[in-house]
Amino acid sequence: MAEITKEEIRQPENLVYKKTDLLTDKALSYCPGCGHGTTHRIVMEVLEEMDIQDKTIGIAPVGCSVLAYEFMNIDMQQAAHGRAPALATAVKRLFPEKFVFTYQGDGDLAAIGTAETIHACNRGENIVIIFINNGIYGMTGGQMAPTTLPGMKSSTSPYGRDIKTMGNPLKMTELVAQLPGTIYVTRQAVHTPGHVRKTKKAIRKAFENQKLNKGLSFVEVVSNCNSGWKMTPRQSNEWMVENMFPFYPLGDIKVND
Amino acid sequence: MKELRLMKGNEAFAEAVIRSGADGYFGYPITPQSEVMEYLMAEKPQERTGMVVLQAESEVAAINMVYGGAACGKRVLTSSSSPGISLKQEGISYIAGAELPCLILNVVRGGPGLGTIQPSQSDYFQSTKGGGHGDYKLLVLAPSSVQEMADFAKLGFDLAFKYRNPVLILSDGAIGQMMEKVELDEQRPRFTEDEIIKNTPWATTGKTKNRERNIITSLDLDSSKQELHNRVLQAKYREMEKHETRYEAISCDDAEYLIVAYGTSARLSQKAVDMLRAEGHKVGLLRPITLYPFPTEIIAKLADQVKGILTVEMSAGQMIEDVRLAVGCRVKVEHFGRMGGIIPSPTEVVEALKNQIIGG
Ligand SMILES: Cc1ncc(C[n+]2csc(CCOP(=O)(O)OP(=O)(O)O)c2C)c(N)n1
Ligand code: SF4
Ligand SMILES: [Mg+2]
Repeated sequence: MAEITKEEIRQPENLVYKKTDLLTDKALSYCPGCGHGTTHRIVMEVLEEMDIQDKTIGIAPVGCSVLAYEFMNIDMQQAAHGRAPALATAVKRLFPEKFVFTYQGDGDLAAIGTAETIHACNRGENIVIIFINNGIYGMTGGQMAPTTLPGMKSSTSPYGRDIKTMGNPLKMTELVAQLPGTIYVTRQAVHTPGHVRKTKKAIRKAFENQKLNKGLSFVEVVSNCNSGWKMTPRQSNEWMVENMFPFYPLGDIKVND
Repeated sequence: MKELRLMKGNEAFAEAVIRSGADGYFGYPITPQSEVMEYLMAEKPQERTGMVVLQAESEVAAINMVYGGAACGKRVLTSSSSPGISLKQEGISYIAGAELPCLILNVVRGGPGLGTIQPSQSDYFQSTKGGGHGDYKLLVLAPSSVQEMADFAKLGFDLAFKYRNPVLILSDGAIGQMMEKVELDEQRPRFTEDEIIKNTPWATTGKTKNRERNIITSLDLDSSKQELHNRVLQAKYREMEKHETRYEAISCDDAEYLIVAYGTSARLSQKAVDMLRAEGHKVGLLRPITLYPFPTEIIAKLADQVKGILTVEMSAGQMIEDVRLAVGCRVKVEHFGRMGGIIPSPTEVVEALKNQIIGG
């Protein structure tokens, strides 16, 4: 068999996948196997397909995705821990014709930022909230999050989360679905190509809702934190399917069309 | 055309804010400053100028809304009183770190804790020495009349944008609540998006093809870069010290004794100066208008002229530390003040000056 050179392979007609220009060339700071990187790509692909890069302002949280602005090639603001929905509220009110989204972890959105999340949802701010639920504080080294499962080990629940003393996991997504201000509330995942496609559809729908001034769209992505969970990426995905999904079932929770 | 009106300090501030072309106000009710948002809401600024007014779920949310709006190059502000301003400190530190322009009004009440709703000046340290974490400075304006409540709205925005720095108006419950005659500026139109892009090219307005993306952040994990950023901030503060120090010197030319006081304390101290002069004592009043930058130079100069200095503050004595730094040990510097929401009377100030400085 004749050798095929790299140059022969790199022909336009052979191109099956190309990184979106809306991601910068900077190497992602995420651990290999982490769902943050995949979700970044999906959000940026949606913005590219909708051709709204020049009209979009993103808000980065405090958490592993604090540096999202290094990777997303759009105008971005870096918020204090938990406050992204407050920033997004003001940006959207002052620039109603722009597209505004927050990208937040579970500690950011469901612990320290609970008030900002609930009230932005309840006011029906016309924004998109992307919520990465990995059941742990990834950035600070794997402490217990409000979303940590009962019995789940973390560095501050080393013997497993005891719900009698440490409280119950908080289902923020079900909670905000109760509020009249939310128009679309869904829970997705990004661990398989099929789920990536579904998540992309959900995020696209969320931004289309914003385009139509419909209200707040809330997309949870149940994700892994292989480092914080002290597992290999593959183990973490299996663990997520077995343990996280039964507690945080995937699918649309509220669709007001 | 200027317009004359009789207004409360808080209302005059709110009206001046609209007229200054502000884009957004975000606040949370607290006495003695709730009139600011009440006035704004009643005025329907969305209809008048297109200005956004939003009652936030907390002071924390409000200051972070200000961060988001300021990062878009918009003219945004918040107002509160002492306990609420304490809650805002993290956000203020972020705004200072990210070098965003905005206006913050503190209508001070007595503390600590829930304290009292009566006027006080016990937030001087918080306002001028940091308040939040990190090495940063706010430009602090101290109004002593309803007119200055109005004037400092526009001046505050102008300075905030000139330096890309938060400006704090440190008022108190007396100035906020009292009614006086006030002359209001004409309506200045709000900036259009094109003007914002031109005036604040750093703002997050959406990344177009012809420029790099704009990022608003206070984070740099690389310590050498973070130190460099701090050096840039410090250089900016030195510029502010050089160009923005403001004060009013009243009867200081022939003064043998000096009172230093700002805000409400300056008003009643002026009365005390008149009373003392009527008795033949040559007393002057130095009123700092900017608390940061502090009028150190003029106070140092006057220290060579006078025999003693009294600071009058509605606190346990906070500004006195800056006065002493300016004076060194050249002359005696004493504090007189009341706490817990009590405004001293001019007679008390007269007695204090006689006992602690002239006779002391
Ligand atoms: C006011 C404040 N408190 C605490 C922290 C420390 N901190 C940084 S990230 C983080 C938790 C982030 O967890 P999460 O939001 O779940 O994001 P992840 O890293 O898991 O994606 C904490 C507690 C902070 N930066 N600011
Ligand atoms: S610590 Fe966890 S959340 Fe953070 S990048 Fe690594 S795997 Fe992802
Ligand atoms: Mg997390």
